[in-house]
Amino acid sequence: MSQDPAGLSGKPAETDAVIIEGLRKSFGTNLVLDGIDLSVASHEVICLIGASGSGKSTLLRCLNLLEPIDAGRIVLWGQDVTQPGIDQNRVRRSVGIVFQAFNLFPHMTVLRNVTLAPVKALSASRREAEQEARALLDRFGLLDKQADYPDRLSGGQQQRVAIVRALAMRPRLMLLDEVTSALDPELVAEVLDVIRELAASGMTMLLATHEMSFARDIANRVCFLADGRIIEQGPPGELFTSPRDERTQRFLRRITDAGRL
Amino acid sequence: MVGPPQPSFGEPSPGGPDSFGQARRGSRLLGSGRGAVAVSTASTIVVLAALAALFLLAPGSAAVRHTFFNPADMWKSLIGDPRAGYYSVGEALWLNIRMFLAAEVLILIVAMVIAVIRQTDSPVMFPLRIVSTIYVDVFRGVPLILVIFAIGFGLPALNLGFVSTQSAAVYGVAALVLSYSAYVSEVYRAGLNSVHQSQVAAARSLGLSHTSALRYVILPQAVRNIIPPLLNDFISLQKDTALVGVLGAIEANKAAEIFSDTVFNYSSYVVAAILFLILTIPLARFTDHLIARDRRRRLAGGAT
Repeated sequence: MSQDPAGLSGKPAETDAVIIEGLRKSFGTNLVLDGIDLSVASHEVICLIGASGSGKSTLLRCLNLLEPIDAGRIVLWGQDVTQPGIDQNRVRRSVGIVFQAFNLFPHMTVLRNVTLAPVKALSASRREAEQEARALLDRFGLLDKQADYPDRLSGGQQQRVAIVRALAMRPRLMLLDEVTSALDPELVAEVLDVIRELAASGMTMLLATHEMSFARDIANRVCFLADGRIIEQGPPGELFTSPRDERTQRFLRRITDAGRL
Repeated sequence: MVGPPQPSFGEPSPGGPDSFGQARRGSRLLGSGRGAVAVSTASTIVVLAALAALFLLAPGSAAVRHTFFNPADMWKSLIGDPRAGYYSVGEALWLNIRMFLAAEVLILIVAMVIAVIRQTDSPVMFPLRIVSTIYVDVFRGVPLILVIFAIGFGLPALNLGFVSTQSAAVYGVAALVLSYSAYVSEVYRAGLNSVHQSQVAAARSLGLSHTSALRYVILPQAVRNIIPPLLNDFISLQKDTALVGVLGAIEANKAAEIFSDTVFNYSSYVVAAILFLILTIPLARFTDHLIARDRRRRLAGGAT
């Protein structure tokens, strides 16, 4: 358990949930992440914004170890999870990720979707897992859907189930990858409400999002990514109203012109 | 195919894909509507009458009817008469059914193992992957009848104790399993590939091991996708059990052959053919039913 040696974040090391240093990742010849440095304190909510292809999703997938990284390191709660020999499954159990396309298991009921990983990966008893799953489903207004298959649910409901499925593993960090981008506009609010509640409950979160007003509302800090780098970051009030970097300004102007800020 | 869940909002789409399904309600064999039934009935009668006329008016018709469709001989071969030197084709069919059932279970297991091995990407598995690939290439390429000969005559000739003292039916099943597992493993592989990569990501992201993800998330969806092509292969397997007769196992085709050699009449083969049809047609209809159900589900926007 190494402490934050360089004090990169400027905060006491034990509060840092995530430290990313010099993270690089490319797919073939396509350099997607070009040296990302970021630290996230416990209970902090960080929104990643930027154009499609700026590396937001890849960054989140790297944090969940779904993508092997090329260089740099990722330290979660003081432990370097990118060094060889680390038990990736154990890391993933404490890092929940929710995808844009929900990715529920279509052949399982809602309840089975939520209990599968606790039972098979945490060796919880089925009864215990179901009890906990029902409590979570109830908390997010989905209890009456527990016996349904995913294709019977609306997109918003499916995405809420996906969030519950990740929460059932009791993660210490949640990664949300454009979770409202595949939804019809009228279904976005119910999902954002869930995320708002999560933030209020103190969950440490990283969100890639195109919902700027939501980001402004919920984030402690907003990071603007372009070309695989964090170009600019700061509290939402600062970054949205007086962006310093020219690229950030251009991006935000486009968003404003599209009526999304 | 079960892709990533589509955002479906629970509302049926009027005039959408469903109306296409409704137009085709009723029998797909006959078409739809009362007029269509009349037309298809009439055309069926005309075609059957023409075929019957062709058969009955052919110069050799009487001879063929006597040697292939003699009711008395058909009955005799169906029932069998050991004292007259021939077996019951009906009873012999039971051996086909048993060989089919045994082979089917083994094929499902062996083929899945092969498919999973070929899908792995770890370097440790490389030798196994190579062996599996060669196996599939070889047994898909060699005619089944040659595999049956090789196993049925080759293994006994080895004088290897247990391995060399099995019955013809056992060697036959072994040959069927070897040959069909190669085909079926490819069907499995197609099924595994049909499950979207995002399902793997979702399972692994929850901390499930590779094996658990495969077992609880990928394979169940893959198997569901491949049931129609799998049943198609099994229809084929049902009748290929007849090839085991070349080893001397008294299955339906062999019993028919013995009958025709004894009585000098081929009606027993027609009996065998009819019995195989009685076996395969229900499976074929069941397969059609599953395909139709799958299609309806896909039109409705998801898999339940």
